[in-house]
Amino acid sequence: MTVTVSMTLNGKKVSADVEERTLLVSLLRDHLRQTGTHVGCDTSQCGACVVHVNDRSVKSCTMLASQVDGADVLTIEGLAKNGELHPMQEAFRDNHGLQCGFCTPGMVMSALDLVANNPDPSEREVREWLEGNLCRCTGYHNIVKSILAGAKAMRKGG
Amino acid sequence: MSETIAGSRRGANVEFRQVGMALPRIDAPGKSHGKTRYAGDHVMPNMLHAKVLRSPLASARLRRIDVSKARELPGVACVLTREELSGRLAPTDIAGQTGRKRLATDQPILVNDRVRYQGEPMALVAAETVVIAERALELIEFDLEPLPGVYDPFDALKPGAPIVQGTDNVVAKYKVRKGDTEAGFAAADVIIENTYCTQFIEHAFLEPEVGLAWVDENEVINIRVSTQVIEHFRFIADAVGVPHNKVRILGSLVGGGFGGKEDVTVEIYLALLAKATNRPVRLCYTREDSFFGHGKRHPFTLTHRTGFTRQGKITAWKVDMTADAGGYVFLSPYVLLYATVAAPGPYRVDNLHVDARAVATNNMFTSAFRGFGAAQACIAHEQQMDEAAKTLGIDRLELRRRNFLRTGDLIATGVPIESAVWSDECMTRAWEALGERTPDDGPIKIGRGVAAYQQSYGRITWLHDTSEAWVGIEMDGTVVVRSGVTDIGAGQVSALAQIAAELLGVHLTDVAVYNSDSSTTPLAGTTTATRALYMTGNAVRLAAEAVRERLLRRAAQEFEVAHGKVDMADNRVFVADHPERSMALKDLVAVCASEGVHRSELVMFRAPFTGEIDPETGQGRVHPDYTYGAQAVEVAVDTGTGEVTVLKSVGAHDVGLAINPDAVAGQIEGGAAQGQGYALSEELRYEQGQLTSTSFSEYLIPTAMDVPEYKAIILESRSGVGPFGAKGIGEPALTPVAPAIANAVADAIGVRIFDLPITPEKVVNALQRLGN
Repeated sequence: MTVTVSMTLNGKKVSADVEERTLLVSLLRDHLRQTGTHVGCDTSQCGACVVHVNDRSVKSCTMLASQVDGADVLTIEGLAKNGELHPMQEAFRDNHGLQCGFCTPGMVMSALDLVANNPDPSEREVREWLEGNLCRCTGYHNIVKSILAGAKAMRKGG
Repeated sequence: MSETIAGSRRGANVEFRQVGMALPRIDAPGKSHGKTRYAGDHVMPNMLHAKVLRSPLASARLRRIDVSKARELPGVACVLTREELSGRLAPTDIAGQTGRKRLATDQPILVNDRVRYQGEPMALVAAETVVIAERALELIEFDLEPLPGVYDPFDALKPGAPIVQGTDNVVAKYKVRKGDTEAGFAAADVIIENTYCTQFIEHAFLEPEVGLAWVDENEVINIRVSTQVIEHFRFIADAVGVPHNKVRILGSLVGGGFGGKEDVTVEIYLALLAKATNRPVRLCYTREDSFFGHGKRHPFTLTHRTGFTRQGKITAWKVDMTADAGGYVFLSPYVLLYATVAAPGPYRVDNLHVDARAVATNNMFTSAFRGFGAAQACIAHEQQMDEAAKTLGIDRLELRRRNFLRTGDLIATGVPIESAVWSDECMTRAWEALGERTPDDGPIKIGRGVAAYQQSYGRITWLHDTSEAWVGIEMDGTVVVRSGVTDIGAGQVSALAQIAAELLGVHLTDVAVYNSDSSTTPLAGTTTATRALYMTGNAVRLAAEAVRERLLRRAAQEFEVAHGKVDMADNRVFVADHPERSMALKDLVAVCASEGVHRSELVMFRAPFTGEIDPETGQGRVHPDYTYGAQAVEVAVDTGTGEVTVLKSVGAHDVGLAINPDAVAGQIEGGAAQGQGYALSEELRYEQGQLTSTSFSEYLIPTAMDVPEYKAIILESRSGVGPFGAKGIGEPALTPVAPAIANAVADAIGVRIFDLPITPEKVVNALQRLGN
């Protein structure tokens, strides 16, 4: 059966007709062609697919598309304003917080949820928060450093 | 954190402006923006979706396969089995720019008769949607007759064992006979003998295998794919039965490789389906498909017998090693060779005897993985050194110091090491960086370990490896680099841009790199074997130097000074002694263009070419050069639960010269995490050939919580054969980590666990044995 899903995606109203069984990540990637959100495991361990639904980070491979009907969804593509990287994205660039980059969108989206609730997290808190985001390239070292730097920049910025 | 040892810049006679700077990578904005298009992000109109049917059994005969019901399912465009492929084979030998004739190790693309490992592909489906393709797989009927299998390489060597490959299951053998081992043992005061075991390891790159293929108007099969090796177009063409110039590979930025995308993955399936349907076809593995779909790291069993004088000098070393090759050969012979060369590590061993073999079983096939045999060798030789130190009563670091190779000494294969061997400096600095020792706390015991290594960079010299790059300067003074090199996440492309920027006096952001297209970019060879910077970096250096030379010659005329008196930086050309006499680079380029001065260069860089080593003695050159370094760690072992926590972990490596120190530190930190998983938590378990860990909930790679704040120490001897004296760091970063952790655990609890991974159960059992 087909359902119509309407939502606000990165500030714009969008809707799509999808099969009931469609996952949110598939709606984003396959139907709306927002490919910044990645699929690394399809079993909700890796966190490459993290997006925000109503300001909370979720793994978009664990939600049905129909569950976001009427919701406000934010993906990695919605962070930059007027082509300028978000301070958290800048921090990942400037601190070598990425290598292959496949986990990066999920890491950034996850980090933003942390910082929204805890603007000045400790290194330990960052590591604990990232428990559901896997990276195979960096050893997490520069990811943690990037998030701490991004949080600092966001505090300064407002 | 990371530091570059300033004193190690000695010998420098060039002032670098771009090289050596920790600049943000050119691929970082796209990746943090979500704009980077990975291979799986592309779609085409009228595209089909593919799925692979895999054998549930590890050893069987395919009696019957009936796809009629699958073909009748609405939305199914194509189903391929052995019927359609009529015995077609897929090459599995080493790929790339190699002058070597392919080994006779081609294997059936789809099961023809025998199934040799669980997950071997039996049928391919292409359908309108992924869901329909999945349903079609369920409708395929097949009849597999179970056959006796063999799941342990030692069982596979026994007379009467089921034969998986060849006549005796031995798919490769190497030996080293150097000096007089018997005399060496006779001269020994102490002989240490131990056996060490390593496990199957999964690459666990975050981006599963994926590709999209289409046949264009010129009958060219185009494949956009996540791969380390665009030169696979030749293998794919041979497998499908078309000329080499009718297959084009378009690589994308790769979401992690680590050797797991060195072999062909989805390309041949895609080529066959696109050709059969004349429609674009996409195949994207699930994580489970990925666990079944590519070769793993070889488990090794290594028995070491080492003779020492009372003063700790090695008198003889005998190594016997057996690797599990799994169901097919793939890169096992090469991995085994690397393990053989690295068997005695970074030590001078005048009397050396190595016997190595790779043995086929009905386990998953094994192939390339970062460290490529040398990592397994290091796990054994470094634990052996600690065991020896304990017996001899000599400090562990001191015992190593007394035996480290020095420049000019002969390595295992009897050739002198020509570059710097800074093993001692690396080990000492890594150890010192551990700082104050954490005290024991009741049942929590603290231990420390160190490991040193020798790891090659660059390919085997009898592969006659080459790499091409094109560098040009545009009319506005921006720079273009074209090279087929793939970027698998380590910043390979950014490093090339940094080299070109250095030599052509522009900023990193002024360089555009076009890479990874087998039809339009000069072929650079593989991104494997820690060779990309060495080979393609040198090709870019040579090409950029040629362009620079022409531009500077013309500028010298313009300034009316002698050639050699002109330099370029910050997009300007100037008289070196009078920098106020300058002109914009683009103005010089305009002059050159109007006069027809050639503003680009295509270069082929060639590694040293040799013949093969002597098969009876293993003596001869195998690699262009080697990287040396060390890892030091501190661990806490909970003697109640057996849990091991890594508290501190420091990698110190002589990288020759760091083109981008942040990128180098990233390799060292990432290697520290992969090595930690290798030591403590990761293991692919095969029970009678059946994989029992098929997701990240059973196969545990380290999380941010599991790892400490890693430290990277970069030393620069400027003695390597890479650009500006660089060595390689991709694989070396991982190699010493697992044995350093194993040594630290043994230091903490006073007993060694000889088989990886060091799980809590093994620790508790070892402590109980010790208590009894």
